[in-house]
Amino acid sequence: MANIIDDETIEYVGILAKLELSDEEREAAKKDMGRMLDYIDKLNELDTSAVEPMSHVFPVQNVFREDVVTNGDESDKTLQNAPEEKDNMFVVPRTFDKE
Amino acid sequence: MAKEYETVIGLEVHVELATKTKIFCGCSTAFGGRPNSHTCPVCTGMPGSLPVLNKKVLEHAVAVGLATNCEITRYCKFDRKNYFYPDNPQNYQISQLYLPICRNGYVEIETKEGSKKVGIHEIHMEEDAGKLIHDEWEDCTLVDYNRSGVPLIEIVSEPDMRSAEEVIAYLEKLRLIIQYLGASDCKLQEGSMRADVNLSVRPVGEKEFGTRTEMKNLNSFRSIAAAIEGEKNRQIDLLESGEAVIQETRRWDDAKETSYAMRSKEDAQDYRYFPDPDLVPVSISEEFLEEIKSRQPEFRTEKMKRYKEEFDIPDYDIDIITGTKHMADIFEETVALGAQPKKVSNWLMGETLRILKEKELDPEDVRFSPEHLAKLIALTESKAINSTVAKEVFEVMFEEDVDPEKYVEEKGLKTVSDEGALRKTVEEVIAANPQSVEDYRGGKEKAIGFLVGQTMKAMKGKADPASVNQILKELL
Amino acid sequence: MDRTEILHLSAVELGRAIRAGKTTAVEAMEAVLAQIEKTDELYNCYVTVARDKALAKAKEVQLKIDTGELTGPLAGVPVAIKDNMCTEGLLTTCSSKILENFVPTFSAEAVLRLEKAGAVVIGKTNMDEFAMGSTTETSAYGVTKNPRNPEHVPGGSSGGSAAAVAAEECYFALGSDTGGSIRQPASYCGVVGMKPTYGTVSRYGLIAYGSSLDQIGPLTKTVEDCAVVLEAISSHDKKDSTSVERKDTDFSSALVKDVKGMRIGIPRDYFGEGLDSEVRDKVLAAAELLRSNGAVVEEFDLSLVEYAIPTYYTIAAAEASSNLERFDGIKYGYRAKDAEGLHQMYKKTRSRGFGPEVKRRIMLGSFVLSSGYYDAYYLKALRVKAMIKKAFDDAFAKYDCILGPVAPTTAPELGKSLADPIKMYLGDIYTISVNLAGLPGISVPCGTDSKGLPIGLQLIGDCFREKKLIQTAYTYEQCAKEGK
Repeated sequence: MANIIDDETIEYVGILAKLELSDEEREAAKKDMGRMLDYIDKLNELDTSAVEPMSHVFPVQNVFREDVVTNGDESDKTLQNAPEEKDNMFVVPRTFDKE
Repeated sequence: MAKEYETVIGLEVHVELATKTKIFCGCSTAFGGRPNSHTCPVCTGMPGSLPVLNKKVLEHAVAVGLATNCEITRYCKFDRKNYFYPDNPQNYQISQLYLPICRNGYVEIETKEGSKKVGIHEIHMEEDAGKLIHDEWEDCTLVDYNRSGVPLIEIVSEPDMRSAEEVIAYLEKLRLIIQYLGASDCKLQEGSMRADVNLSVRPVGEKEFGTRTEMKNLNSFRSIAAAIEGEKNRQIDLLESGEAVIQETRRWDDAKETSYAMRSKEDAQDYRYFPDPDLVPVSISEEFLEEIKSRQPEFRTEKMKRYKEEFDIPDYDIDIITGTKHMADIFEETVALGAQPKKVSNWLMGETLRILKEKELDPEDVRFSPEHLAKLIALTESKAINSTVAKEVFEVMFEEDVDPEKYVEEKGLKTVSDEGALRKTVEEVIAANPQSVEDYRGGKEKAIGFLVGQTMKAMKGKADPASVNQILKELL
Repeated sequence: MDRTEILHLSAVELGRAIRAGKTTAVEAMEAVLAQIEKTDELYNCYVTVARDKALAKAKEVQLKIDTGELTGPLAGVPVAIKDNMCTEGLLTTCSSKILENFVPTFSAEAVLRLEKAGAVVIGKTNMDEFAMGSTTETSAYGVTKNPRNPEHVPGGSSGGSAAAVAAEECYFALGSDTGGSIRQPASYCGVVGMKPTYGTVSRYGLIAYGSSLDQIGPLTKTVEDCAVVLEAISSHDKKDSTSVERKDTDFSSALVKDVKGMRIGIPRDYFGEGLDSEVRDKVLAAAELLRSNGAVVEEFDLSLVEYAIPTYYTIAAAEASSNLERFDGIKYGYRAKDAEGLHQMYKKTRSRGFGPEVKRRIMLGSFVLSSGYYDAYYLKALRVKAMIKKAFDDAFAKYDCILGPVAPTTAPELGKSLADPIKMYLGDIYTISVNLAGLPGISVPCGTDSKGLPIGLQLIGDCFREKKLIQTAYTYEQCAKEGK
């Protein structure tokens, strides 16, 4: 395997993606990601220096809304699936800011 | 002796745009309302929802870019900035990194050292986050998404400022431009204008920049000035004691007048920006640019010049009135309704500023309409009310924007113009105050003042003092 | 008509029978519900069957048919919806634990279009979790089995939709296709499946996997049904910025049995190593049938085929890593109750809520977008995507359609695919580039292998040229039926 994914990288990606892996999962993830990256490295066989990256396939552009209020009070719908709710708001564990 | 240091400051200014709806959905941007009442699937990150750009946001952003001498990016895109936080319902913020709407501009600022240009690196469009409220009772946080998706522009300056004075002048200048454009009301206290300060220090003469920190949570010019002073000193102290400044984000605590580092293992600060596949690129045509240019208002400098030529009012008044777009608008509209410029200026410079100061309000908070001010001036001009009554009416008008004509009518405040009735009251006052009559006739000119006062009192203020004076002199 | 007769009808035939008064929307619904009762315990096509709602709705629709308010071809026809499309008031899970209790407050635009046409939603079909997989084995709600042979997978990710059509547990279904997720299960289950041009069907209400690649499309018993359903769900939707305004969505007008002069290209690169010989023979036989009916068929080199999979997995994983960030236990869905503090809550919720394949792609996607790797991986993939698109543009300068297999093999046995992800990904080799280039593609049954497992013929068209595909597919279907 050309791409060796170390514990540190997996830990870092876990922080970015908010995933916590068991030891077993971590070993599997290191192996899988290394293999996928090896596979993706195949793209380096192609010379793309003269090619613009293409994010949209079609040249659709300038899709706008007019600045007109169309929505009323939909808070009941917004909160309908909330795991925890208080005073018409979502409840989350205390946020990270420390004094 | 300690080294001399130079402070290097750049600003990231977030401005909430004055649109009716959010940047990517049809929810209202109005303040207030119960929590989550201005939300929908799009601005709460419901699965399956998709964003569509509010055209007004683009118009405002381009207008600000043109007014700050920026190049407008003719083909721009939105990117996703990925980070987890509960105020960010999708856990990515739609913003612009690779192709921001405006680049390479500047504004000119005036300080006591003279004028200078502050460069604008870029302006980009993005969405605001929701509001987090700490629930101390249950030690948890509550999330309200009413502000989520409110449109913002972020104006990123070059590190061109060297003092708090320059920073304030730069902010004042931006605020003035943006208010004149009608793109935002730019209120620091209410959060519709927010500034993050990037600051570093270096020995005078040094070419390289020092390590900078970013300061957040600055809600007033006063806290910005205090934060700059505090951070400058903190960095100099570190360097003087041989320590290094760490590149970090710090949060300003206004109450304690100090800052602390916002650091966490869980904040990797790696935002994994990539073009948002749910939004299509924006391509700006020549016609669109021309359209926005044609809508650019007269800015302050031109306005001051024109006022000098058109209106016979003092330079000082011009300076204050053009200091905010709102005041200038009231002035011009009232004059356009036929009021004499000097009279309008007097009302704005006198009573209006007095009440604003007394109530600790900003000129933007003035709510009375030019029509009503014009009517009030007309009432005084025609001597239908006297100046004391006019001031009383103005106070009510300032609070509730009442129609002065109707108000005067309803409350019966009109000056009594019936000469017979007035003469009769004066006669009664003379009869009731023989001592004062005696004094006046004995040469005490001042005694007439007392008699005028008594007459005004008997007339409940609804008389023209000059007429009263004249009738008294005649009868005595 | 008796129940068996009713069940065997195609969607269009059923619609016609209902309008003619030979049966009713309620009878049809009762028939599929009875079939579900009978066979779904084995096949597990559905995550949710909305029995009572479906019957009530069928009654309502029948009334509107009776009064002449509903006259379209799909009025009264029962439909199954893949469980990654929002349905108001009806559980929508994406076959994931993280959405185990999510009830949307609005319906996907495609579902609304069908309801407007009078189709009646039966329930929600099983899929690979968040559409990530090729076998419907990554579902958190059990595997779906292939009705043609329950020892085999139905394909994926729209495996539940394809299997439900094959098992006559619905008359047609909606699926979504990000890298072959409609065409490949259609091929494995022996039904028709089509992925339209990107932007033809609104993505509003489709829970995103890879936003720049996802398209909703029909899974049906016949090509005729496919054209009629696609016509019903196509729309220019102002709520979807990537929705394309087009005037040529009268797809049923292309149901013409005629391929004379149709220029069909067969890419040699699709018939190389890894292709099962039985699949190859049946697909080439289908090409021969079209040639004998007047099509101009020739081989050509498409190029870049082997680069499609790494390009796809880079782009899809990157977009997925961002699209799936919103599942955080705060606003909806599963939330870990035993977490200390915010970040633990995020991590525990997501680690338990997502299955292994989803986590694998989120990790890969987060990595390729992370600082220092964006250019090397993500931008590189977007450049190769542009090259692949160009290769198709060149091909379509010469051909009306490209013809090839849908998948290298017929449906694998249950439990044989997930152990080796890369091998599984290789199975997408013929379908994936269609998504990268935004093209339409259709899968039509073209026989079975020696074990009796269905084989699919894939036709790929240029952007906005669905009609050519439908005409060619329809001609093939009719000729094959007549045996000539």
